[in-house]
Amino acid sequence: MQEHDMSWVRTEMTLAQPAPPGERGAYAWVRKNLVASVGDTILTILGIAIVAWILPQVINWAFINAQWTGPDRTVCATVSQGGIQPDGWTGACWAFVNAKFGQFMFGTYHIEERWRPILVAVLFVVLLVPMLIPRVPRKGLNAILLFLVLPVVAHFLLVGGVFGLPHVETSRWGGLLVTLSLSFVGMAVSLPLGIALALGRRSQMPIVKWLCVVFIETVRGIPLITVLFFASVMLPLFLPEGVTFDKYLRALIGVSLFAAAYMAEVVRGGLQAIPKGQYEGADSLGLGYWQKMGLIVLPQALKLVIPGIVNTFIGMFKDTSLVLIISMFDLLGVVKQNFSDPNWATPQTPKSGLIFAAFVFWLFCFGMSRYSMYTERRLDTGYKR
Amino acid sequence: MASQEILRQEPGRGSFINDPKIRALFFQTLVVIVLFVSIWWIVNNVIENLQRLHIASGFQFLRNRAGFDISDTPIAYTSDATYGRALIVGLLNTIIVAAAGIVLATIVGFIIGIGRLSQNWLIRKICTVYVEIFRNIPPLLVIFFWYSGVLAVLPPPRESYHLPFGSFLNQRGFYFPRGVWGDGSWLVLVAFVVGLAMAWFVAHRARQRQMATGQQFPVFWTSVGLIVGLPVLAFLLAGMPLTFDFPKQSTFNLTGGFQIKPEFLSLLLALSFYTAAFIAEIVRAGIKGVSKGQSEAAAALGLRSGPILRLVVIPQAMRIVIPPLTSQYLNLTKNSSLAIAIGYPDLTATAGTVLNQTGQAVEGVFLMMIAYLVLSLVTSAVMNVVNARMALVER
Repeated sequence: MQEHDMSWVRTEMTLAQPAPPGERGAYAWVRKNLVASVGDTILTILGIAIVAWILPQVINWAFINAQWTGPDRTVCATVSQGGIQPDGWTGACWAFVNAKFGQFMFGTYHIEERWRPILVAVLFVVLLVPMLIPRVPRKGLNAILLFLVLPVVAHFLLVGGVFGLPHVETSRWGGLLVTLSLSFVGMAVSLPLGIALALGRRSQMPIVKWLCVVFIETVRGIPLITVLFFASVMLPLFLPEGVTFDKYLRALIGVSLFAAAYMAEVVRGGLQAIPKGQYEGADSLGLGYWQKMGLIVLPQALKLVIPGIVNTFIGMFKDTSLVLIISMFDLLGVVKQNFSDPNWATPQTPKSGLIFAAFVFWLFCFGMSRYSMYTERRLDTGYKR
Repeated sequence: MASQEILRQEPGRGSFINDPKIRALFFQTLVVIVLFVSIWWIVNNVIENLQRLHIASGFQFLRNRAGFDISDTPIAYTSDATYGRALIVGLLNTIIVAAAGIVLATIVGFIIGIGRLSQNWLIRKICTVYVEIFRNIPPLLVIFFWYSGVLAVLPPPRESYHLPFGSFLNQRGFYFPRGVWGDGSWLVLVAFVVGLAMAWFVAHRARQRQMATGQQFPVFWTSVGLIVGLPVLAFLLAGMPLTFDFPKQSTFNLTGGFQIKPEFLSLLLALSFYTAAFIAEIVRAGIKGVSKGQSEAAAALGLRSGPILRLVVIPQAMRIVIPPLTSQYLNLTKNSSLAIAIGYPDLTATAGTVLNQTGQAVEGVFLMMIAYLVLSLVTSAVMNVVNARMALVER
């Protein structure tokens, strides 16, 4: 055997050399992301111009020139408009939002009774937060409390009339209270209803199937306002004389039916995505229809369509603002109603109020969409590319 | 054959309660009975209520005098016209705002959607901020923002903003010069139609030639030349028969020109900016949905980045984009009913007025539903044709 001298083989790895200076650090990032080519540079300059044009105006308006507190419209009006600000002044009138904050939250709910919606809100948060955190145990109990017990408790607390609580008519409800309660009950009703409609649409029974198809397609083809008109103008005609529905309840029925039709289509998408083998496997195990759906198909189907469900929820949350059309005052409605308050009418008032409302809506919707993205990632048990 | 005998046996055991066919029959009969009973109950109640309230039924009211004014009328309308005509005016307004909104939303949406995929960090961020803001606030709020937040605080007519081309912007809306076509302008229209036809013919022939010989022809520039150039030539030949009716400023108002009312403007801007955010997401998902191998393969074949986008990526992306795009168009059409909140006389607003005046809620809501359903179906049908042309041609 001949001995091989292996000393020329390197026994230790050489350290990787740092990337050339042109490929790292802030300079490279700028070159790659902002000025990669001539066109890119033009776009960047355009972008900087847009930002430089808008951002200072927004910051000036919303923070620097803004009026945060004040007794009435004079703080937000210029001298020529009868106020104290110099002519040519523009700025947000947060004083308006500040002064009307109670109304924006509760509408005209009696001030001495406002602890009731606040208590409901606290209960809601206390029940919702553990529901949203996956690690907290006892989800079943939590869900029962949140979706069955809370609505009943909230109903008695908000409406009153029992246990010595004074009665508050729903016509006095308003603001965020209406927005949140309408959308929460709407969500809780539309999901099961939507699942039922989706199952009905895929049913073997032709009459059930066609009823569901007609309902879903009709509701999806018309605007929510028409549905609300239907609920507010036609429902009273449908009922025998003397039976009247509360306006709030009518809006609730309209919004829930509308959302249920969209939910049904989302759920149907999930049902169709489940391979036939799953259905057949369940059949071959001898499971009945409800066992098959409840234990095998729906858990998989619903997991697939979480983004769609949350999108429908977000859409519904935004759509509750339309109850304004049938003269109920949700957050947007109350804000708009207060534009005409002569104590606060200035050119800056509408913009400030609307931006406040937009911010509140945005917080809720953005929160929902981020949570859905998180859930999607968490439940993604499939293969990843 | 014993086994076959067994197979052929009826599954006689078990009661008929467990037979799925009988069960289905039973449940459906139950559903039908419940349905008919509730319909009968509702119809009974409706008839009783209508009689009690002395409301007529039927569609005769459509021929009665409307007696209310409509601010935007694409066709001739006075308060002496019938309810039926008022509803048609409303429907036309809905169609106008929906069509304009669809065009504007598509343009803005595609720009923002492509911007979100840009190499440029700044552009990407700006587009993301736009999408995240507009997706998460209600469209009604956007409409109010434009209407009471922006357009209502513009200066009164006396202090209108002067914009280029003799147009003005003030509280009462946007005024721009109206073109008045003189004698011989039909020549321009004819030239335009001829240009379109010739462009189509050239494209057709160029395609045939490319299929046969592989030689390409600059179809795009030829078409532009034909479609734009021919009418311009005809316009010059006819002696430039176009004059403009400029809006003129008087003491309290502007006269002449073409006025776009603030209601229409805020509705259009709000609907298209809102929907554009969704379209942007659809476009982004569509382009990202084309696998990277496609553009890499095209690059390997020697195509440059422009043709790769035009010939490989976009045709495939459109297949993903069109179905959700259709539903966004439908949403926009349905959202145009929000016009009622700011007093733009669309279908819902006029039908609402008619409904209040006559009290005939059943017929009013029925007509509204039918009109929106038809609009939705027509839009879907058009988009389905587009989709069929784009769809993957498989053996």
